[in-house]
Order: sequence, then C-alpha cells, then structure tokens
Amino acid sequence: MPATNNAAPIVPHHTAPSSGAGRRSVFQRLGPWRLVALLITLLMLVPLLVIFSSLFNPEPEIWNHLVENVLADIALNTLWLILGVAVGTLVIGVSLAWFTAVCHFPGRRFFAWALLLPLAVPAYVTAFVAVGLLDFTGPLQTWWRTEIGPAHFPEIRSRGGVIAVMILAFYPYVYLIARNAFHTQGQRALEAAQSLGLNRWGGFWRVSLPMARPWIVGGVMLVVMECLADFGTVAVFNYDTFTSGIYKAWYSLFSLPAASQLASLLVIVVFIILLIEQQARAKMSYTQIGRGAAQQQPIKLHGWRGWAVTLFAALVLLIAFIVPVIQLLLWTAESGLVDLDSRYFGFLWHSLLLATLAAMAVGMTALMLAYAGRRHRDAPTRALIRIATMGYALPGPVLAVGIFIPIAWLDNLIIDTARQWFSMEIGQLLQGTLITMLLALIIRFQAVGFSSIDGHMQRITTSVDDAARSMGCSGLSLLRRIHLPILSGGILTGMMLVFVDVMKEMPITLMTRPFGWDTLAVRIFELTSEGEWQRAALPAIAIVIAGLLPTLLLTRHAEK
Amino acid sequence: MQKNRKTDPVHPEFIEASHNPSTNSGRTVTPLLALNNISQQYGSTTVVDGLSLTLERGRIGCLLGPSGCGKTTVLRCIAGFEEISGGEIMLNDAVVSSTQLHLPPEQRRIGMVFQDYALFPHLTAEQNIGFGLHKLSRSERQRRQDELLELIGLSDARKLYPHQLSGGQQQRIALARALAPRPQLLLLDEPFSNLDVELRERLCHEVRNIIKREGTTALMVTHDQHEAFAVADDIAIMHHGHIQQWDSAYNLYHRPANRFVADFIGKGVFLPGVVLENNTVETELGILEGELHTPCNLGCVVDLLLRPDDIVHDDDSRLTAMVVDKAFQGADILYTLQLKSGMKILSLVPSHHNHAIGQHIGIALITDHLIAFNPELGE
Repeated sequence: MPATNNAAPIVPHHTAPSSGAGRRSVFQRLGPWRLVALLITLLMLVPLLVIFSSLFNPEPEIWNHLVENVLADIALNTLWLILGVAVGTLVIGVSLAWFTAVCHFPGRRFFAWALLLPLAVPAYVTAFVAVGLLDFTGPLQTWWRTEIGPAHFPEIRSRGGVIAVMILAFYPYVYLIARNAFHTQGQRALEAAQSLGLNRWGGFWRVSLPMARPWIVGGVMLVVMECLADFGTVAVFNYDTFTSGIYKAWYSLFSLPAASQLASLLVIVVFIILLIEQQARAKMSYTQIGRGAAQQQPIKLHGWRGWAVTLFAALVLLIAFIVPVIQLLLWTAESGLVDLDSRYFGFLWHSLLLATLAAMAVGMTALMLAYAGRRHRDAPTRALIRIATMGYALPGPVLAVGIFIPIAWLDNLIIDTARQWFSMEIGQLLQGTLITMLLALIIRFQAVGFSSIDGHMQRITTSVDDAARSMGCSGLSLLRRIHLPILSGGILTGMMLVFVDVMKEMPITLMTRPFGWDTLAVRIFELTSEGEWQRAALPAIAIVIAGLLPTLLLTRHAEK
Repeated sequence: MQKNRKTDPVHPEFIEASHNPSTNSGRTVTPLLALNNISQQYGSTTVVDGLSLTLERGRIGCLLGPSGCGKTTVLRCIAGFEEISGGEIMLNDAVVSSTQLHLPPEQRRIGMVFQDYALFPHLTAEQNIGFGLHKLSRSERQRRQDELLELIGLSDARKLYPHQLSGGQQQRIALARALAPRPQLLLLDEPFSNLDVELRERLCHEVRNIIKREGTTALMVTHDQHEAFAVADDIAIMHHGHIQQWDSAYNLYHRPANRFVADFIGKGVFLPGVVLENNTVETELGILEGELHTPCNLGCVVDLLLRPDDIVHDDDSRLTAMVVDKAFQGADILYTLQLKSGMKILSLVPSHHNHAIGQHIGIALITDHLIAFNPELGE
C-alpha cells in the first residue's frame, strides 16, 4: 500500500498556497489587509508627527509669549479641572454603580438605566443651560431678587461651575464601567469574604472595590480624556484650557505655530493619561473570579437608608438630565421657534450629511481593520490596529491643527507645482473642503466604529468558516451567507455611534469646516459665545434627540 | 510496509492481525477512506509522520491519543483544511490530497462536527441544519430538516438560536448539520469535550445510534478512551504522530501491541518474569501459563502485563498480598496490593469483600493469555 510513497519528499509546505519564490515585493508580503491597516495607521500618525515636530522646533518668540501670558493659567486651569472632575465622577459614578448593582432600594430598576440618560446631552449643552439658568440675569436669580430679596449666589461662571457641569455630564462613563465590574466580578468573591468574617459593608471596601479598581481607573481616565478634549464647555464658561488656548492661538492670534506648540503639550498630557488607562485595561482580565455572576443576593437597604439612596439618585438624574432637557424645551417653545427657518434646516442638513459621510468612512475603514486583525494574528498587525484606533485619545483641536498643517503644505505644493511646471494658477484644492474635516473625524472616531465591528468579528471563529466550507460554502457566498449577516449588527451599531458622535462634535468641525459651512454644533458655539442661550436651545434639541439613540441602546444592556 | 511504525518488536504478529480490522472479517472491499503514509509538518516540527490507515464503509473509527499527538491535525488534513506534506489521502478510491493535489474542503463532501460546534450564531437551529442543503428545493430541504430534527429529538427547538440552546442540544444540532447533506464521511473533532460527564455518557450512545441510523461512515478524534469505546467500532491509538495500534476496543485492552498502548488503555502493572518454556512464565506469583505471544527463547526476561481484573480475590488461595490502598468504585473496590518483594499490583474485587488497609488477603490469577514486553524497552 504505502510502499511506493515511503520516502515522501519533505517540502516545507504551508497552508497558504501563495508561498512560492523567496523574492516577493513588500506589498505582496504585507497582503491587502495589512496594507489598508498600515494606511489607516499612517493617517493617524501624520497629525501626531506634525504636532510633535513643533515640540522639537520651538520658536523662541512664540514660546516666550506662551510662557509669559497663557501657559501658567492654562496649565493650572486644566489641572484643577481634571482633578475636580475625576474626584467628582469617581464618587458619584462608583457610589451609584454600587447601589444599583448590588443594593436594593426603591426605584432601583428604573435608576439602573435612567442614570445613563445624561450621556445623550453633550457637556456643552448642559453647560449653556446651567449658565443661562443660574447666571445673574437668569430666571432663578431674578426670581430670588424680586421675591425674597438680595442674596449672594456663588458665581456659576467659575472654576467650580465648570467642574460641576462636567461631573454631571461625564459621571455616566464611570457609572457604566464600574457597574459592569460589580456585576461581572460575581458573588463568589464576596461570599468568600463573608465566610472569612467580613460583613457586606466590609466586603465592599476590602473585596469588591479593590477588585473593581482596574475598571474604575479605566473609567476615570476616560473621563479625564474627555475633560482634556472638551472644547465647547470651557468655551461657554470662558475657562481657558489647552483646547480653547489652541483655538484662540489659531483664530485670534492667527498663529498656527503657537497653536501647534500648545497642542504638543496637550498631547504629552494625554499620552500620560492614555498610558494609565491602557495599563488599567490590561489588568481587567486578571481580576475576574468565576465565570458569570451568580444570582446576586441584593443587600436590602431598609427604611430611611433606602429612601436616602433613592433621593440621591433622583437628584443626580434631575440635575444632569431632566432639568436641562425641560429647560431646552421651554426655551425652544418661548423663543427658539423663530429660528426654525431655512437657515436652521441648512445647519441640520450639514450636520446630518457630515455625520453620514463620517459614519460610512469609519464603517468601511474599521471593517477593513477588523479583517486585517482576523487574517493576520501576529504582533505587528495588532500593533498597527492599536495605533490606528488611538485617535479617541487625541483632542479635537489637536487633530484639527495636526491635519490642517500637512493639508495646507500639500495644497501649496500642488499650487507651486502647477505654477512652475504648467504655468497654471489654481486655488486651494484640499484646504477648506469636507475632505480635511472627514480625515480628522475618521481618526478621532475610528475606535468607536472598530470596537463595535470587531466585537462581532470575534463571533466568527475559524471553525465557523471551516464548518461553512465543509458544507460547500466558500468565497463570496461565505461572505454573503455567514460574514455579512453576523457583522451587519456590529457595522450598523458602530456607524450609528459614529454618526451621533459626529453630530455632537464641536472643535474639529468648527476649526476645519469649509468657510460658512455651519453645522448645528457650530451654530451652538456661535450663539453661546454671544450669550444667546435661549436661541441655542433649538439646535441643541436636535443633537440631544440624536444622542438618545445610542444611550437607549446602552440602557437596554444595563437593564439586565 | 511497517518500516515507519514505532512498534515493539516483541510480537509483531499483533500488528499484522490488527493493522486493518476490515481484513479480520475477511471481506476485501475498497475502503471508503485510506491514508497512505501521510505526513504533516509545521516549519521544522513534524506533527504527523508517515501515518497509514483505512476505514471501511459504514464503520465508525476513532483516533485516540493524548493531547498533542497530532490526531486533530490528521482530521483537518482529511477534511481538507490543511494540505499534507507527504503521502496521499484517498476518499472513495479517488485521491483528494497528495503533495501535488489538494481538493478544497467544499468539494470533498465531508461533514465535520467541531469541538466548539461552530454553529452559526445568526441562524436558528433549523436554519443551521439546512445550511448545507441550499441546493435542494424548499420542500426537500424542509423534509430533510424535519427528518434530522426528529432523529436528534429536538423538533421543539427548531426555532431557537444557538445561544438559547444547552451544550448538549448545540452538540446534537452540530451533528445534524454535518449529517444533513449526506456526506461521504463524517468527521468529529473532540465532540464531547465541552459537555459534563453525565451528559457525555448519554450522548455518546445517542451519537453512535444517530450515525448508525444514517448509515454514515465516521471518524472521531478524542483523548478519552471511554468515549472511544462507547462510540467507535475501530480505534487507532496515536502517539507522537504515529499509529501505535488500530484495533477493536477489546483487543486494545487485552492484546495491546506495545507498552504505550498497554499503559494508555486501562489500568495495569508490569510484573517481571522469566520464560520457562512455551506459554509458561515464572514470576513472583508463581508459574503462569497462558498463550504467550513472544518469540523469545527459554530463559528470556520479560515484563508481564497484569490488569486489575486478571487478579481476583480468593480466600482459599495460598498466595496472599497486603492491602496498601483501596478505592471504592461502587460495584467494585480497586485494591492496591503489595507483594513480598515490595512490588505493587492492582486487583478489582466485588465491593462486598471489604478489607482494611494493612490486611493480608488471598489472591488468584486468571490469565488465559499472557502479554509480555521486553523490559529493556520500558520507558
């Protein structure tokens, strides 16, 4: 039988049929998927390199100006802001997460998902509502003066005010992640602690909280990154931080070098935060005990304790979501409807168009990234994907500067070339087009789309592919019958999240939009910088409605 | 022909007899599956090394071996998910894999049940089963789906999605899905490893019955001998990319071809002895008689394989040994007994004979055949 084949030649033979001659071009060796991943990574790296190059070529004049006039203020403001917001979101987010995940109090099921609703309201909307409501000329203080008499209210447009608003806008990040941690860490660890003599309260401090620490640190670091990236809120409060500093340097001083100097400093701060976040994330998988939480025995909070928690949760929800939304509706009803004209529909159209284009672009690039990761399970590809999706950490103004500078350089190169070689006079091709803006948005929101699509990609294991092939289904029909149906949910969710994020996005749109091409967010910026709180309500409503979409999707998961 | 075999030279006749179970029955039909001297390498590591085996139509074969012995690789080569680096694979008298030729898996008509089942998460149980039937008409497909759902006893679960099914249900759906297109050959890769023990036993019998009722030829891979015994007709013991023995469960236990097989299948000890004459060996337990398959001469030193069921409890016996350990197993107790020399042997005794540790009990040997190995070749 096998005698004829006894001395089978030993040929190095791999599964990939393409392994042929040793000399292959770089492109062939990379393969189409990794090539795409590389391109997206480069797109991400270009603005970063541009920004950093300004750090290594400091111009003394600009430096001196920055150091003497703005830097100290900006640094101090930013430091206070991140400290205040981090502590505030930590306390509110973790306590609410613990109460809704583990304790029993009146209204727990409702608050478990309702406490996520503030995610739908962008921080800058909460900000202008708060200022409009609580300012000296606002309804509250006016009413107090006429009915009760003169009184001293704390100034809302202060450091405390910005911090309070941002805590209310960002606590859901910590809440969501911490709650997830309390849920997944399971009952076993707490039961083990109790068997060793700890009561439930002691168990919280000595077991649950330490076990949830990586999640909590990760959540707080996300909040800190949001603070550093925030532009709209600090603009409403006239509270100078790095982002508003970059904007002013560019648009008031017309100094792009100053803007990129500031941006480079901000990037360094962001990288430190990103490092902490990534380390926390790496620890998450190790801290899980047991698979899937057993049916939790909730801690019953009896009598006034339970009602105190209910009051606390209700108060947070009221201030962070209900009051701002009602105020927006009232303002719209009072005076905002005057603005409901063709100009308004122009803003709306621009917002929708931009969000759709960005969602499609991110959906496509993220899908290709996910396939690259699936086809090549090696360290370099993982690194490429990691870098390509790091844009979420880069604040909008930094990206705006980082994209604008190379685009302007490219434009000038094209203009010069046309003039010298073809004696043609052409205008700017890329500056002030949607392309500039879209590139920045793709970088900024790549991670949002990718994580959603890749989450679904993980469900298509290699044996699913093998199973389909063994039943005669391969190539395009594999794509149509297996991959697309499984991925479509992830692609749609990812695109929806990007869509909403772009609707809300302010600094990139503001700083890189074509001249006069205003969106809802830009309109809000213009109105609020003139103190027209009431008129800003109408565009804000549309953004809040869009923001409710993903929030409701999240709450559906939270209800479980 | 057996040049590449790493078998114990003590008694080659077993290999001849056991090489192909189909020849035992005297029939000479072309086998459905034939692996001729196949090899598989990843870089410089050889996973499968000149392996041959044939599987007759309608039988259930099993590759049994410790993890990492290359058995799953063999299965993936047969399915066509991997190309082989030497030898050839014949399916139904046609070459499907060789160094020159590789028929893609979708053209082989081989069904496969995966270790993680690989059910399609976006399709219902019924749609999963119908996946490979897309070339049939709607009514034919429906009929086949119903037939299989009936066969696996899951007609009520037809509209459920994989995540709504229990592990055992998922496993049976995966089996039905692989059987649906009436494959020439069914491959099962560790199909029971994700189930708990009780369910595993029940499903083993069920899976065997389902495969037999469909009349499909099947090849399973497992590391668990109980699964192999429960499901398969013929079992191949694999180690280091070789087949050590390809035989029935009875022969693997009672006539192991080499020390590895003897160690791997069941429990047992090796008792040293000296060959006196044909079919007689002198040992510490006396002179044992039995059919002895060893070519070695008078005075040759051998290791005799003693299974726990070869040694029975007998109060009248002059031969005694001390109880040093016992494991209660329900109907039986497995005693570890120490002989005078310090040698330890195992004995399976009905559990109403309850003896304390330290007690001396009488034992007797019942051996109709003796399995002997060269002591030098022991590990």
